[in-house]
Amino acid sequence: MPLASPRPLLALPLALTLLATACGGGGERDDAGAGTGSGSTAGELSGDIRIDGSSTVAPLSTVAAELFQEEHPNVRVTVGTSGTGGGFEKFCNGETDISDASRPIKDDEVAACEAAGIDFEEITVANDGLSVVVNPQNDWAECLTVEELNAIWAPDSTVNNWSQVRPGFPDVPLQLFGAGTDSGTFDYFTEAINGEEGASRADYAQTEDDNITVQGVSGTPGGLGYFGLSYLEENAGAVKGVAIDGGDGCVQPTTETVQSGEYQPLGRELFVYPSGEALERPEVIAFLEFYIEESDAITEQALFVPLTGEQRAEAQAKVDSLAGA
Amino acid sequence: MSAFSAGAVEVPDLKRRSSVLSVLKERGFSALLLASVGIAILTLVTLLFQVVVDGAPRLNADLVNNFPSSRPARAGIQSAIWGTVWVMGIVAATCIPLGVGAAIYLEEYADNSRWYNRLIEVNIQNLAAVPSIVYGILGLAFLARGFLDLGFTVLTGALTLSLLVLPVVIIASREAIRAVPRSLREAALALGATPWQTVSRQVLPAAVPGIATGAILALSRAIGEAAPLLLLGALSFITFNPDGLDSQFTVLPIQIFGYISRPQAEFKVVAAAAIVVLLAILLVMNSIAIMVRNRYGRRW
Repeated sequence: MPLASPRPLLALPLALTLLATACGGGGERDDAGAGTGSGSTAGELSGDIRIDGSSTVAPLSTVAAELFQEEHPNVRVTVGTSGTGGGFEKFCNGETDISDASRPIKDDEVAACEAAGIDFEEITVANDGLSVVVNPQNDWAECLTVEELNAIWAPDSTVNNWSQVRPGFPDVPLQLFGAGTDSGTFDYFTEAINGEEGASRADYAQTEDDNITVQGVSGTPGGLGYFGLSYLEENAGAVKGVAIDGGDGCVQPTTETVQSGEYQPLGRELFVYPSGEALERPEVIAFLEFYIEESDAITEQALFVPLTGEQRAEAQAKVDSLAGA
Repeated sequence: MSAFSAGAVEVPDLKRRSSVLSVLKERGFSALLLASVGIAILTLVTLLFQVVVDGAPRLNADLVNNFPSSRPARAGIQSAIWGTVWVMGIVAATCIPLGVGAAIYLEEYADNSRWYNRLIEVNIQNLAAVPSIVYGILGLAFLARGFLDLGFTVLTGALTLSLLVLPVVIIASREAIRAVPRSLREAALALGATPWQTVSRQVLPAAVPGIATGAILALSRAIGEAAPLLLLGALSFITFNPDGLDSQFTVLPIQIFGYISRPQAEFKVVAAAAIVVLLAILLVMNSIAIMVRNRYGRRW
């Protein structure tokens, strides 16, 4: 047996280092130095802004961060998706600057923030709406109540014909299309209709691609599906939006009814919560001002319902007063 | 595989009357084995084919050079690749020495009749089966916060993954060390080597192939983990690469998960392309392990 040198032991870490060097490609930061020499006061902002929270709001904050960084390359904005609750947990621990939320902050979260000495502001950045859609030939289901939707979509539901949905509806097979379980749309719909996030019957055509839902519903006379409101507006000819009766009468799914808050329970506001400490930094103020000023472009790119003039003015006033304070 | 399908049906002709039945049994058995291999390979090939076809439109330099974006056409994975490289580097640098050290202790030094050594053994076996999210919670409570208070940094994420795969390294290294013939140790000791000299110059070099295999298995598991890192602040949008141990970060599985959850179909293409990159990195790592094994492999 030849005496083996201890060198083999070094081979693996070395190999890994080589691997690390080999598969990285360029590696240098693209934006390094991009802000120098522009001469504008805007380029002088720098710092890190840590955003975390709702995965629904994350696309909005991502668009805002991306556009903002194009103007302020020395500000590094990061967005995480711990969920609204997980985001507040970190936020109230002082670990993030801004928390994304798809619902207002809860009392126990307020208490946690207070206990840790974290003060915050609530700023509405967009509206979100889900539409329930049927085939254009469907002339019976103009309006559905939340109870009827719940009967259709409940986890133990066996409803498979429109005649079971409401007495008087025709004998047409009901075919269901909806969001896949990984999507925020699924979480929101199940929470609003079935009362528990993630609770849904599973025997429907699940897809993360809303175009497939559009095709399915438009090709099936007895089809019913749901997706974000912006998709209904893009596909207005192919599918028909159903009015929703959340207890106060039928409300059509439109940008206006979502913005006014009438479209319940499938319409909601989306928020960001900056911390008081973060608001003392100019780059955070600049970011929030940008978020509100460019909200139309941001909401459009992220496929959400834009703010109303009133909501925007209110948010703007809030940011302005924070900037002045 | 070919040995089974072609030649293995030659059965020793001891009992002539049952030979036809034996041949049939033998054939049936090899067919069964071939089918089990076939199912595994077919699944893998189908998955690979699907993901390569899906990701092909975005498998270009932009994917690797661009940072994440909300515009699918611009979206890339540079920060995720570098985050993964940093995390894997730290995991390798911490879990391999720790794991091998623990294995040496348990195999060469520990007295198995002591209750605490047996307790350690049972614990390591059990730890290998703990769900990865539990390690995420552990990392959150004791590394990110709590006593160490490292924050949500690339170091926290890597150390958590390191703890996660440590049992795999220890168990594989122990097997490898145990497989080194006893005669080798006895010869070294008889020639006057100290226990440490025996271990470091004879046993450990002889066990390198097995240790390398275990280490790569461990790193392969770590590179695909998303759940514990979600708890530890791995980000879905970050436009800079880690520049130190205290840097914010993301890794490929998190970035892939983020892209797949997007409503726009174009992001699925980016995700598929990112999966191909992740698989390529994994393949390179496995090739290195095979090279190490072949280079240092010995027969006793």
